[in-house]
Amino acid sequence: MKKNKLSEGLVEILLRISAGASVLAIIIITVFIFYKGIPLIAKVGIIDFLFNLKWVPTNGSFGIGAMVIGSLAVTFCSLVWSVPLGIMTAILMAEIAPPKLADVLARFVELLAGIPSVVYGFFGLIVIVPFIRNHLGGVGLSVLAGAIVLGIMILPTIINISRDAILAIPKEYKENSLALGATHYQSIFRVILPAASSGIITAIVLGLGRAIGETMAVLMVTGNAAVLPDSLLAPVRTMTSNIVLEMGYAAGDHQAALFATGTVLFIFIVILNLAVSISMKAGTENGN
Amino acid sequence: MKTKLECKEVKVFYKDFQALHGIDMDIFENRVTALIGPSGCGKSTFLRTINRLNELIEGTRTEGEIYLDEKNIYSNEIDVVALRKKVGMVFQKPSVFPMSIYENIAYGPKIHGIKNKGKLDSIVEKSLVAANLWQEVKDRIHKPAAGLSGGQQQRLVIARVLAVEPEVILMDEPASALDPISTSKLEELIGELKKQYTIVIVTHNMQQAARVSDFTGFFLNGFLIEYSKTNDLFVNPHDKKTEDYITGRFG
Ligand SMILES: Nc1ncnc2c1ncn2[C@@H]1O[C@H](COP(=O)(O)OP(=O)(O)OP(=O)(O)O)[C@@H](O)[C@H]1O
Ligand SMILES: [Mg+2]
Repeated sequence: MKKNKLSEGLVEILLRISAGASVLAIIIITVFIFYKGIPLIAKVGIIDFLFNLKWVPTNGSFGIGAMVIGSLAVTFCSLVWSVPLGIMTAILMAEIAPPKLADVLARFVELLAGIPSVVYGFFGLIVIVPFIRNHLGGVGLSVLAGAIVLGIMILPTIINISRDAILAIPKEYKENSLALGATHYQSIFRVILPAASSGIITAIVLGLGRAIGETMAVLMVTGNAAVLPDSLLAPVRTMTSNIVLEMGYAAGDHQAALFATGTVLFIFIVILNLAVSISMKAGTENGN
Repeated sequence: MKTKLECKEVKVFYKDFQALHGIDMDIFENRVTALIGPSGCGKSTFLRTINRLNELIEGTRTEGEIYLDEKNIYSNEIDVVALRKKVGMVFQKPSVFPMSIYENIAYGPKIHGIKNKGKLDSIVEKSLVAANLWQEVKDRIHKPAAGLSGGQQQRLVIARVLAVEPEVILMDEPASALDPISTSKLEELIGELKKQYTIVIVTHNMQQAARVSDFTGFFLNGFLIEYSKTNDLFVNPHDKKTEDYITGRFG
């Protein structure tokens, strides 16, 4: 009895220490990034920093407008195709495919999620980039290549979370809908999907977060020119790539500008996380 | 008295397990037919053969014939979706869709092609009135249905079935989650509804069966042991097992 109490106490202390350590780590990183980045943003002016399209750090011109737009463009284009495809796949797996096929599909999706991003980037560089160059024009390294690679990478997130959201819908909804004379597809699109919508929105936002934060694969296939892309086939540089590409040699204000880029990314992600928790909360309120 | 449903040798298998052993039963139009029997005897299974809902469960097999207005609902030409429009079902646990009261009721008619707003409005009102719910919810029909009480949800579900204008209504222990007042309201409602519909109701409550039904069937272990006018079955059961059950000696 006594021994039990003691070990429970120890476990609790251990848990507290671990939790404290991770919270502390997050706080330190956050503070550090902001501490390094904010002064430069203040110096340049937030509007100028975010929207100025001129990024010539050696010349003291720190505008990440082209990169902000670059990140948004690549992310948006990747979502445009991967969200519908992911949701359709989730519907297929949760509602239509026989259990065995759904199982096989789930394995493939897991596999897809486990592949390191550098492998996706390599695949993009060797297969997708030349394909674009040969069949669509341009150098191949482009918004489009980034959108294709990123889309594939976020598919598992979208599929898994949407599928779980659909599977979590009470079976009774479907039975009731069918018993009212609805077809299977009517039941899916008019009852099940709306009921699962908050989970599906969560899936999309998490996919979006993953896409905006992804670095390696995007870096490898987008060409990284720090200018505004004028078409899907033009090269583009994202905020994440910007940091990776220049952190090796940046110093002084230049380095601070990279931290400032990180700050902007950080705020993006925080906003997305907030959106997720709001949509999940809305979901539980609607559901019960 | 017209026969609405004629069941012939209905057998249901869940994989290897036989849940119903050749049920023969005639169900009459504009009458209430109660199904009673101990838990697990196959009442719900039988009910769900009438709207072919059992076939949603993988590995289920149904044999035999059920004639609805002299058409075999298990023949290949039958459109299951159209059948389920004619044969509505109220489940044991009311399950309202996560949408407004109005949308819940309008769901069925919309599915069946009614788009006119005025028409939908009047169907919603009519169905809620018929289900004795209109007075309680008329000021909040655009609010989420999940906010209703259990008894109100059960009546909402009934209204949702009525909105589709079925001919037969199957009810699987519709009162099991209700308090005595809601239950007696529901029983009153069933008395009203039978003027227009043919009703088959599963119940564990023998007084309820006696109160609301015209005919009663007693199920045991997948067999229909006895089926007759409610009064005869309760006052003068022919089978020893029926007598034992209704006098509370087992089950
Ligand atoms: N999906 C299923 N898979 C396998 N067996 C089932 C399934 N559904 C029901 N059964 C079995 O079939 C038999 C009849 O079940 P059914 O649900 O029809 O009983 P019931 O009379 O409605 O019981 P209750 O009064 O408890 O609702 C039971 O033995 C049950 O275990
Ligand atoms: Mg049952």
